[in-house]
Amino acid sequence: MALKLGDFKTDVHNDWCPGCGDFGIVNAVQMALAEMQIPRHKSAIFSGIGCSGKTSHFINVFGVHTLHGRVLTFAQGAKIANPELEIIAVGGDGDGLGIGAGHFVAAGRRNVDMTYIIFDNAVYGLTKGQASPTLKLGEQTKSLPTPNSNYNVNPISLAISSGFTFVARGYSYDVRHLKDLIVAAVKHKGLAFLDVLQPCPTYNDINTRDWFSGEDRIDETTNKPMPRIYKLEDTEYDPVVHFNDEDELNEKRTQAMVKSLEWDTKIPTGIFYKNELITPYTRRIIDKIPNYVENPAALQNISRNGESITNIDKILDTLKV
Amino acid sequence: MKNELTWMIGGPQGSGVETAANIFSQVYSKMGYHVFGKREYYSNIKGEHSYFAVRISDKKIRSSVNGTNILIAFDAETIFRHADDVLKDGIIIYDSDIEKAKVTDVFTLENDFKQRLLEFLKSKNKQDSVRDMLELASENGVQTFPVSFRGALSDLSAQIDNPRLKGMVRMFNVLGVSFSLGILKCPMVLIHNAIESIFSRKKSIAEINKQASTFAYNYATAKFTDIDYSLETKQVESNTMLVQGHYGTSLGKMVAGCRFQSYYPITPASDESEFLERNEILEINEDRPGSTLVVQTEDEISAIGMSIGASLTGTRSATCTSGPGFSLMAECLGWVGINEVPLVITLYQRSGPSTGLPTRHGQDDLLFAINAGHGEFPRIVYASGDVEESFYDTINCFNYADVFQVPVIHMMDKFIASTVTTCKKFYSNKIKINRGKLLENIESPDYRRFAHTDDGVSPRSKLGLENGIFWNTGDESDTQGHISEDPVNRVQMMDKRLQRFTQILENIPKDEQVLSHYTGEFCVVSWGSTKGPVIDAIEMLKNEGINIGFIQIKLLHPFPKEVLEPLLKDCKILIDIESNQTAQLSSLIKQNLLREPDYYVLKYTGRAMTCDEIYDSLKKIVNNKAEKREVLTYGA
Repeated sequence: MALKLGDFKTDVHNDWCPGCGDFGIVNAVQMALAEMQIPRHKSAIFSGIGCSGKTSHFINVFGVHTLHGRVLTFAQGAKIANPELEIIAVGGDGDGLGIGAGHFVAAGRRNVDMTYIIFDNAVYGLTKGQASPTLKLGEQTKSLPTPNSNYNVNPISLAISSGFTFVARGYSYDVRHLKDLIVAAVKHKGLAFLDVLQPCPTYNDINTRDWFSGEDRIDETTNKPMPRIYKLEDTEYDPVVHFNDEDELNEKRTQAMVKSLEWDTKIPTGIFYKNELITPYTRRIIDKIPNYVENPAALQNISRNGESITNIDKILDTLKV
Repeated sequence: MKNELTWMIGGPQGSGVETAANIFSQVYSKMGYHVFGKREYYSNIKGEHSYFAVRISDKKIRSSVNGTNILIAFDAETIFRHADDVLKDGIIIYDSDIEKAKVTDVFTLENDFKQRLLEFLKSKNKQDSVRDMLELASENGVQTFPVSFRGALSDLSAQIDNPRLKGMVRMFNVLGVSFSLGILKCPMVLIHNAIESIFSRKKSIAEINKQASTFAYNYATAKFTDIDYSLETKQVESNTMLVQGHYGTSLGKMVAGCRFQSYYPITPASDESEFLERNEILEINEDRPGSTLVVQTEDEISAIGMSIGASLTGTRSATCTSGPGFSLMAECLGWVGINEVPLVITLYQRSGPSTGLPTRHGQDDLLFAINAGHGEFPRIVYASGDVEESFYDTINCFNYADVFQVPVIHMMDKFIASTVTTCKKFYSNKIKINRGKLLENIESPDYRRFAHTDDGVSPRSKLGLENGIFWNTGDESDTQGHISEDPVNRVQMMDKRLQRFTQILENIPKDEQVLSHYTGEFCVVSWGSTKGPVIDAIEMLKNEGINIGFIQIKLLHPFPKEVLEPLLKDCKILIDIESNQTAQLSSLIKQNLLREPDYYVLKYTGRAMTCDEIYDSLKKIVNNKAEKREVLTYGA
């Protein structure tokens, strides 16, 4: 029987603030899972800490709500041990790019076949609005006592330079588009990163929904707002690395990095970079352990009737006096 | 004829003292002797002083002694550091080219050490050169044998017509060990066999080393004829192995079915992970090959995080680290506790605090292992006494983790890690595999991961299991695993988890909790790797008619009060022996048994205890001549 959207919802009360951008992301994840018809027990959501950390409780698949900044470590361990699982890791921008920045970079280098979504709102919401790593230098959101004194991290360019092989940006108020991006990210062979702009209605009074949709910029001729958000797929932009060639790779990486610098007046969403020519981690393990995919850690028999079936005699023979 | 001796080789890090010791150990183990070797080295890649002391005996031995019978030195530093340690009637084989070197010439000696040495030499009316040290040794009844190592290389290169050999100072190690084996008149074939096995992947290097070895051996037998230090060849006891310190936990993990290990490089823990990775493809009886996935992570936080993720898939998973790495794991440890995840953390302790003495021994982390992480949650802290024990203990640790669904911290240390010793063969089927309440299939649609049960342990699903969907969170949760701040649920969940302590104490067999090796009115209580030197010391005293008891506590948390109490009933004088400054075990004994040890024998120089040191202390205690706190200091 086909799985419906409702099958991916839990009855756990959602205590996010009214109007929170997180709702759009949870809906998009549920829609993506339903669209791909991923069996519930074959899928797991791993989450970090903070408002976004609660995401795993709202989705009716395995849910692992981990620790602040550590979500990628737990998620990669599970995926490597059982490659049959479809794993989506989620967390806030403070979680992934502040306390978890080291894991973010290391994960890129590994290129484990899973998806990582950052809920990017430039503030630490659950702790009452402190500046997070994506808040711009000098900006002062409403609960900051003084303007932000740190330069911001650019999640897109950091992901590309860390080795993520699928890098995209979504907007939480464009749920259908976000769903499509999640489907593309999950289907991507390798580590996919999705930066989702997600206004925090309570603490970020700068990058609001109205700001993203350009309510402050009225076109004088049409008298309509000029949205800041636009889609890369509506332009000539081609994010895909098509062939294994250094010039091609460099061109696509550079183009994505430059594109990632756009902000303020026009903010791109969509796929910035996609490269399936870099070996996923699975392939790198197969090179060492040929039957890894058929017989991964999680599926191996280790005993029969309580007796260990691992035979270490050959090693013991080398130690024999 | 002798039946026991200690042999030592020293040299700069990178000069192959380990290879030389390996050859020596292999030769004597094949000659039917028990071997106990230990390696000391600096936190350094090349140049600082390292040494290897190998003790051999026709009796079972478990520790090192004070002093050495044979010292091989191809650098001045080895003489300065160890010549005074050579026992009466002992031998020093040294490179004659170093005779003139002065204390002040050796830059790698610490200033404090230089000062102490110069004062010592002055007190003996000596100057400050290698020659003075050797004179002093001679006056103490030590025979000194000068050999020009460079001269030997050059003679050998002429003999076999290989001019390249002349400058190959990295052959000094093989020359050194072969000079000594020549003096000891060991069978040459055993030396060649050892070299072949050590250089099995590099045939040409094996060949040149064999030539050098033969040359040095013949040179020594021809030149040093008037010394008889040989030991007779004996029957090798059946099922004997020669193992390195980390083999116990590594092989134990393979047999236990550990299929995932994540780690971050750290001394002295990395050897285990590297061994697992080198042997990652596993032979499985009547089945396709298995494998141990070893992942080197970006830090220890990721190391434990990944192993938790892997454990959630039902995989037996572990990480392996040392104190500084374990400090980083404290945060995740609490998550493991609240989520009832089976996980084994192998903790090879070294001297702290902070970076401390990164390559030296210590048992400083007992209380930290017990208390790491905020909040209250169940865990097991379990300590092995030696390599052989650690093999079986490792399998048990995985069983405990699965059965009680708790983190198990398996305490090892640098002393065990850098040991090379003979021991009995490991038997893979001695310990059964018990996965506890891990489920392989679930029919019911309303599975709850944290369902309340009589023993507090819930049937465990795993990621990927149909009908077994669960949630985990570091927050307090309800039976499904969803966040709950309800006060009634909180109490139920806390009690459910912490009830585990009772379960652990009631269900782990007594002889896996505490081992009573000897009984006596004077009784030693200890934990971990002090076992070896303590037993050897007690055996020495026994030979003199003095009986001392010895109780080794293996389960340190939860504390096995009920098992320990009756064992200490007849003990009049309780002696706590540990390698730390604050006698950490004693605080557990005081807290649980309301009894304070009468004496403490402690060592925190970063070097392991020798049996002689413990023997001396125990003897003083028995003769009522000891301080309440005996602090041991032997060893360079």
